Amino acid sequence: MTKALSTQGFVVDQPGMLSLIQDVGRFGAFNIGLTNGGPVDLLAFQWANRLCSNTLNATAIEISLGGLTLTAQVDTTLAVTGANMPLTINGEVKALWRSYHVKAGDVIALGFASQGLRCYLAVADGFSISPSFGSTATVCREGVGGLHGGKLVAGDVLACTPNRTNNEAKKNLLLVDKLIPSYTNEILLHTVPSYQQHHFSSHQQRLFFSSEYTVSKSFDRMGYRLEGQAITCDIEGILSEGICHGAVQIPADGQPIVLLNDRQTIGGYPKIGAVSSIDTAKLGQLSQGGKIRFEAISMEQAHNLFHLNLSRFNRTELVVCD
Amino acid sequence: MPQHLTIHLAGENALIIYFSQEGDGQLSANVSAKVQQAEQLIRKVMAQELAHELSKDIIDLVPSYASLMVMFNMLTTDHHQVRNKLRTLLQTIGQNSTEQVITHQANLVELPVYYSHESGPDLSVIAQRAQLTVEQVIELHQAQEYRVYAIGFAPGFAYLGEVDERIAAPRLSTPRMKVPKGAVAIADRQTAVYPSVSPGGWNLIGLCPINMFDAKASPSMPVNVGDRVKFTAISKDEFLKLGGVLEVSYD
Repeated sequence: MTKALSTQGFVVDQPGMLSLIQDVGRFGAFNIGLTNGGPVDLLAFQWANRLCSNTLNATAIEISLGGLTLTAQVDTTLAVTGANMPLTINGEVKALWRSYHVKAGDVIALGFASQGLRCYLAVADGFSISPSFGSTATVCREGVGGLHGGKLVAGDVLACTPNRTNNEAKKNLLLVDKLIPSYTNEILLHTVPSYQQHHFSSHQQRLFFSSEYTVSKSFDRMGYRLEGQAITCDIEGILSEGICHGAVQIPADGQPIVLLNDRQTIGGYPKIGAVSSIDTAKLGQLSQGGKIRFEAISMEQAHNLFHLNLSRFNRTELVVCD
Repeated sequence: MPQHLTIHLAGENALIIYFSQEGDGQLSANVSAKVQQAEQLIRKVMAQELAHELSKDIIDLVPSYASLMVMFNMLTTDHHQVRNKLRTLLQTIGQNSTEQVITHQANLVELPVYYSHESGPDLSVIAQRAQLTVEQVIELHQAQEYRVYAIGFAPGFAYLGEVDERIAAPRLSTPRMKVPKGAVAIADRQTAVYPSVSPGGWNLIGLCPINMFDAKASPSMPVNVGDRVKFTAISKDEFLKLGGVLEVSYD
């Protein structure tokens, strides 16, 4: 049975600074050099999908900085989570972290965030985008994913499935205030010492784990370059090797780079460890000037952290509203 | 498990297997072949038995010169389990003779390069360090036939080895924010062609007009791991005729 693909959905009126189609990411193509992509703040992305009663991998939009305006062509449900970008629907101010019914002709606009950097806009059943190499995730550097391999531009039409049932009959959902993540400008990154860790002297490792770093002007979905105490390694380079999510690379100038979703798949700078995914989500909400400290944890602690957070996410029930 | 093979932590969902002695930074076709063999073995087991635990536990495999990174699914497994399974599976690696290991029929791919100061801003630095003329550096880069050791960093980025010792050059201490598409570069004894605009810390010596990655083409890349590559100098006119674009600035 073939399902007719909807060609209507939302029209991009203003794309904002950097708005990207994302699903959970592209896996299994690292061997031809295709990186993961996917939402930098996975938690906020998953909440947006849950608020729309979607599967957690449904395709949504990641909006960095803000400025996105869309016009709905269909009746559906949407939700916005993440940084506190002012959301309006037809000019009326609306709260984030809850779902809304929208009708064809409604204008959805996001301003600019004062706290945090990235928002996620999900719609019921997700946007219908054809996957490339198994995923809809957009990686601009690779020109892969999304509608055309790049960020959203004015005039793009993001197809989605119109609500089949009576929209009004379906209740909206919200996440209660006290459970909404707060995006602070000072964060702690739990880091598993790994890779070339033993090529950093114990003195250098202590320096790294006791110094405060600042996000430099070079930060993006690929990685965050930090400024602060320089760290020296016994070796300058290594044979290039696979780089995992959150890896902390130390180039010869000693300033750490934390590698994120759009990172290169392979590289030759020594790495002192890798940040847990719970914390890279927080890092991705920082911009220049954000303050960072690293704390060493074991692989077991990293697993506990991951599963505790997952359990908390799964146990949290959304509240029916309207 | 063979002694030359060690498994290290990479990140909360990744392990990395090293196939050569620690600290042995030399490129080796033999080690590279072991990496390929291990990758093929793991993929074979995953493909043969879709119900096999490995097929749901392993989400990505990243082969490189002397290592294989294994990313696993934290929802179904943990690093202890993955480590044990890999140890068992890789028992046989390196015990076979090298002849059996290298099965891939390698192609010879020729890549044209416009070497010049305007297309390769680091040519003169390499020449000065080596006490050679720029022309000699260009000659030495073309003299070698290279092996594709790995593909990664960016789609279609093929790591080639090894360049002549005299023109080997360490990575820049601060990577460039923007390296142009087609940039031909050297880092230590490795050389490569940047398939798209990206940040990068390699020394730039020229520009190649050939598209190294095309998502819509099949295959997406002109080279595979195990292929051999040779560079040939072309003039600026030929470069432009082949569709090459000259970048104005290097940040």
